[in-house]
Amino acid sequence: MDAFTVHIGTALPLRRSNVDTDQIIPAVYLKRITRTGFEDGLFAAWRNDPEFVLNRPEFDGVTVLVAGPDFGTGSSREHAVWALQDYGFKAVISSRFGDIFRANAGQAGLLAVTVDGDVVNRLWQLVEDNPAVEIVVDLPKSHVRCGDLVADFDIDDYTRWRLLEGLDDIDITLDREAYISTYEENRPSFKPATRLF
Amino acid sequence: MSSNLLRTMSEKVWDEHVARAVPGEPDLLYIDLHLVHEVTSPQAFEGLRAAGRTVRRPDLTLATEDHNVPTVDADGPIADPVSRAQVQALRDNCAEFGVPLYSLGDVEQGIVHVVGPQLGLTQPGMTVVCGDSHTSTHGAFGALAFGIGTSEVEHVLATQTLPQARPKTMAVTVEGALPDDVTAKDLVLALIAEVGTAAGQGYVVEYRGAAIEALSMEGRMTICNMSIEWGAKAGLVAPDETTFAYLRGRPHAPAGADWDAAVGHWRALATDVGAVFDREVRIDASTLSPFVTWGTNPGHGVPLSAYVPTAESFPEGPARQGAERALTYMGLSAGTPMREIAVDTVFVGSCTNGRMEDLRAAAAVIGGHRVSSAVRMLVVPGSTRVRLQAEAEGLDKVFTSAGAEWRGAGCSMCLGMNPDQLAPGERSASTSNRNFEGRQGKGGRTHLVSPVVAAATAITGRLSSPADLPPVATGA
Repeated sequence: MDAFTVHIGTALPLRRSNVDTDQIIPAVYLKRITRTGFEDGLFAAWRNDPEFVLNRPEFDGVTVLVAGPDFGTGSSREHAVWALQDYGFKAVISSRFGDIFRANAGQAGLLAVTVDGDVVNRLWQLVEDNPAVEIVVDLPKSHVRCGDLVADFDIDDYTRWRLLEGLDDIDITLDREAYISTYEENRPSFKPATRLF
Repeated sequence: MSSNLLRTMSEKVWDEHVARAVPGEPDLLYIDLHLVHEVTSPQAFEGLRAAGRTVRRPDLTLATEDHNVPTVDADGPIADPVSRAQVQALRDNCAEFGVPLYSLGDVEQGIVHVVGPQLGLTQPGMTVVCGDSHTSTHGAFGALAFGIGTSEVEHVLATQTLPQARPKTMAVTVEGALPDDVTAKDLVLALIAEVGTAAGQGYVVEYRGAAIEALSMEGRMTICNMSIEWGAKAGLVAPDETTFAYLRGRPHAPAGADWDAAVGHWRALATDVGAVFDREVRIDASTLSPFVTWGTNPGHGVPLSAYVPTAESFPEGPARQGAERALTYMGLSAGTPMREIAVDTVFVGSCTNGRMEDLRAAAAVIGGHRVSSAVRMLVVPGSTRVRLQAEAEGLDKVFTSAGAEWRGAGCSMCLGMNPDQLAPGERSASTSNRNFEGRQGKGGRTHLVSPVVAAATAITGRLSSPADLPPVATGA
């Protein structure tokens, strides 16, 4: 995974709440077995509407998504994160995320940061007033900046460290393999196995 | 960790699975059972392959084919080439990495969350994960069970562990008794409507109280299944005699001395008297009635006897805007009685309500009636075992003679990854778990209901409860 430090880019104001992962990418796009190429599925149903914000030319090239509360609820599909990344998004800002989506984002290297709802409102206003305005998402300083606005964001320390260092979670755990082996030696015998002998 | 020696059940299960704990870092949690299906696993296996890694514990891993599988003509190759390729990828990956797999055609095939419990693989005190948000279902046994993404699937395949931050704890206490025709599904829909779709975020929820204790294992699974629909990481129920009776004798349940050791251990999992939850919610079951959704998230629920709400009845801001969007998407006018909403399709099935008890309940309502000529009714068993048991009991004949379609096992119209989908503008009454926009097919409109409301609705063509039906003539 590439390290994430500071990202600067234009933003998409998505004035919707409860954007579940079925909206981010419908199930029909999940049949592929590849790890990339999901950009065509991003918000697929909503993109049929020419007025949908992502279809407006002033938001071409956006890399930061500013969304309403409860973004990424529902299905565990990591394809939702991949679709956002494949489209070009580097960071998502919301006042609340679905837990699994936020974990998936941290795994895949999409920065999902939580800010107060009024910060989201102010960012929406700034971006709608001037779609060319850039948002700075600063992970070392744990804040977002846009014009005069500077707002701290929440992200858990472990995810923050992994993203800053660009570390692979599995590598970290495999370095601790001795703990796993010790644990396994002490598991009760009544725990089931998936094969019947 | 809390310095308090009194612990809730989920804290006990958590503590038993910590392989490594360091202050300031997530705990490394050992996983007892990893369930796998074809949709969220191919990229995980590919990741293992690319890094030259193996599956650490194939003996704690089980795969089944469920999301893509057709529910008719299941004996031939899958017609959709993309679905077929995804299912084939699972077969190839399981063969390469030594993971047991129940394929289409196997008697043990079915929805992953139906298969685990019916095999006796899901047991109290276990940690269970799957690349599927409805993994919370397994919490009905007193297991700590939660959904994960594909990167985490790869992590568990490679290490049998997951780094996890300790969640907060919540108790949902349901006192009283559920009235007639009010089911576990109604209870959980009413709960979500009450607390909202985000109330559970960051929490593991323990469902308790007289109404929960009175539920069968299948009813408890329905409740725990929908924990994710109000944002909870997991939901669980303390194991009791009902749990032990369900498990005893199942293929993977402990036997002999192991059974006694296991039951002794399971009894000790219950939340200590005096242990404190971070949040508590109380509900009186006796006040509930059949519940249905009108909108586009599972919190958009009302009693069947109520009306489509106005957007203005929601707090100004995102909730009201969401309600306005939902009314438009669903093609509903505020003030319409829920009982006047006509449906095109009724779906009985899914990991929420696709088990024997659900099919028996729906069949008991539909027996002697006819499905409305304006309605297509699909009955999709949650597993092949459930299908065979239902056929042995004659339930398939009850459904087909009433005019319903009796299908093979799979996720089916819950999410429409196979051909079982709503057409644009079509409206369903569905026993599944999500009424999201387009969930059951692009442009489809979903009302979440219990199995008995689904069956009654199929007969009348409008959202209905069994109490709305005319009596069936007997002795004819």
